[in-house]
Amino acid sequence: MQLLEQGRPAADRWLRVADAAPIPDDVAALIGLERLAEVPAGRTAPLGVVVGPATLPEELAPLLNRVALIAVAFPKFRDGRGFTLGRALRERFRYGGELRAVGHVLPDQHLFLLRCGFSAVEVADGADLAPWTAALGRFHTAYQAMVTDKATLRQCMRRFG
Amino acid sequence: MDGLDRTAPQVTAGIYKYDAYDRQFLRDRVAEFRGQVDRRLAGALSEDEFKPLRLMNGLYLQLHAYMLRCAVPYGVLSSDQMRQFAVVARRFDRGYGHFTTRQNIQFNWIKLEEAADAIATLADADLHAIQTSGNCIRNVTTDEYAGAAFDESVDPRVYAEILRQWSTLHPEFSFLPRKFKIAITGAARDRAAIQLHDIGLAARRDASGAVSFEVWVGGGMGRTPILAYRIRERLPEAETIAYLEAILRVYNALGGRENIHKARIKILVRDVGQARFTELVEQEYARLPRERYRLEPEVVAAIQAHFAPPPFAVLPQADAALAAACDGDAEFAAWVGRNTHPHKVAGYISAVISLKPIGGIPGDCSAAQMDAIADLADRYAFGEVRVSHVQNLVLAHVRKDELYALWQALRPLGLATGNVGLLSDIIACPGLDYCALANARAIPVAQLIAERFADLHRQHDIGSVYINISGCINACAHHHVGHIGILGVDRKGEEYYQITLGGSATNDARIGDIVGPSFAYDQVTDAVETILRSYLAIRQAGELFIDTYRRTGLAPFKEALYATA
Ligand code: SF4
Repeated sequence: MQLLEQGRPAADRWLRVADAAPIPDDVAALIGLERLAEVPAGRTAPLGVVVGPATLPEELAPLLNRVALIAVAFPKFRDGRGFTLGRALRERFRYGGELRAVGHVLPDQHLFLLRCGFSAVEVADGADLAPWTAALGRFHTAYQAMVTDKATLRQCMRRFG
Repeated sequence: MDGLDRTAPQVTAGIYKYDAYDRQFLRDRVAEFRGQVDRRLAGALSEDEFKPLRLMNGLYLQLHAYMLRCAVPYGVLSSDQMRQFAVVARRFDRGYGHFTTRQNIQFNWIKLEEAADAIATLADADLHAIQTSGNCIRNVTTDEYAGAAFDESVDPRVYAEILRQWSTLHPEFSFLPRKFKIAITGAARDRAAIQLHDIGLAARRDASGAVSFEVWVGGGMGRTPILAYRIRERLPEAETIAYLEAILRVYNALGGRENIHKARIKILVRDVGQARFTELVEQEYARLPRERYRLEPEVVAAIQAHFAPPPFAVLPQADAALAAACDGDAEFAAWVGRNTHPHKVAGYISAVISLKPIGGIPGDCSAAQMDAIADLADRYAFGEVRVSHVQNLVLAHVRKDELYALWQALRPLGLATGNVGLLSDIIACPGLDYCALANARAIPVAQLIAERFADLHRQHDIGSVYINISGCINACAHHHVGHIGILGVDRKGEEYYQITLGGSATNDARIGDIVGPSFAYDQVTDAVETILRSYLAIRQAGELFIDTYRRTGLAPFKEALYATA
């Protein structure tokens, strides 16, 4: 997988732990949410969770101080639940860690993702990154005040952050 | 006459005028779409991936070609924008456009390779096709007499424009479970069908002049027609966006995504129950950072300025002039009786241009007619035209003493049919003639009915009755709320039509009742005639069709329809 962080190609420092594999305690490990119970209380290495699109933000609230990465799965790019989940984590729970979109997303959604508070997006290996970066430079104005905009901006004021 | 030449009005009626930000936004959007088409043509986007992207730019694949649905935000157009539609109709279509029940216009013969050019041509006149389709917040619709109607307390265009901006490429709400439609009214009589939308807003003004909204949610047509329920009685203006965000968030998170037929918000509301749904929305609303979502008075004021009333003249003689013209010309008088609506300013009136000539295609308009209408709008109506949700056009601000001249100018254009609200003012969807989803034809059924009752005197005798014809259960012609609703169904590969009676889309909104077994294509016109004959036979003095139906219910009509069967 390729990784774009705030639109820039970046190396992935996280190890995606397969479902049956043991969870290593010395590297940044990204695990399925359902395996959280297996993680020892004294773990010091960074921990991340992959959450499904049906996850509600309040379910994640209790773990937000334990995880440094939340990877929201998009099973289909048409399934927009992740946008609401991401925005709620940032806005309501002030989650400050990495928020990554994984699964099926399109370059045309890149800007929406970042504006909803996602910090990174996974792109399939071999996929052309050009449309992904182009999508971020496409629009020079927007009508909403989003979590990434200046706090003083209000709705329909038509400016970016 | 005031002696001024108004063919090129300096001051047009309230139309939202794009500024540098809006124009830049549109240019960016056109460039994005061009890129998407290129990626599709190059194979970098699959059709499955391209489809929702093109839909959000109004491009549908129909039976014979691509169809481009252009937005007419809340139904209001400048005359120059109308001329630009004529340009698109000539250059990219076959010289026609089709006005829809969503107050939009559709062009039915677009080539994919030319779609981006068509959209760029629209953008030259500050027009676009954004969010006229797809699972996003669609074009906000409103009262076609907004800013003019005598019974209006709040101009809904101001808020419709605010919601248009807020919903345009909304980062969070562009991939909803299903399409999402918002309607807004600011008048005593609901002409925007707010109880039949995902969200309906009724704006009110209190004694101090402050604006608040009644908020209705969960209405819709389609295969499961449901009326909305009132979730808030008095939402302050400043909270409008916050509250809508809360509704949309609950819907986006919890709405059904498995089954396309169970994905509208009405189904979520039905499944969790109104009380629980209200609770969810109120919770979400209570915890939103309200500052951020506040609709600031400056924003409202800035947008309100775009909708300032045109410079109305003081016209003490206008009523007398109109009365005299009516006395002298019975045909004109009959047209005035049907095709006008009272205006809030003395001496003015709103005029409806019927796009339902007998035997024509409801909502169709030729490029030549568009140009002519634009000229008449400049001459008589401050350069502004409205599209109504019953597929007619409205010149909202016409001097009463110029109405006769306007009518005389409309006649040779085939645009002076005096049938607004009458039987031949039929709402019909494109149906099997164009639409890939259709079960049955709708346009020819409308034509057959209109021809059967071609005699306008007979139509006047019958009085106001709304007939709505949809080619399939998607109900684009709103058959559920027609006084007489006709729905095309497929019976073993044959076109059949189910008839409903007693629907209404206004303050007393109601879903119509199914009369019984459906009718074959060549029986529908007879069935409609039977229904109307029954009505004429049993109506009491002063009763319209809908009144009689409400008094008697289905029984006498059912009896008449199936007695001989
Ligand atoms: S009601 Fe059905 S046939 Fe008619 S336009 Fe809508 S989808 Fe097409």
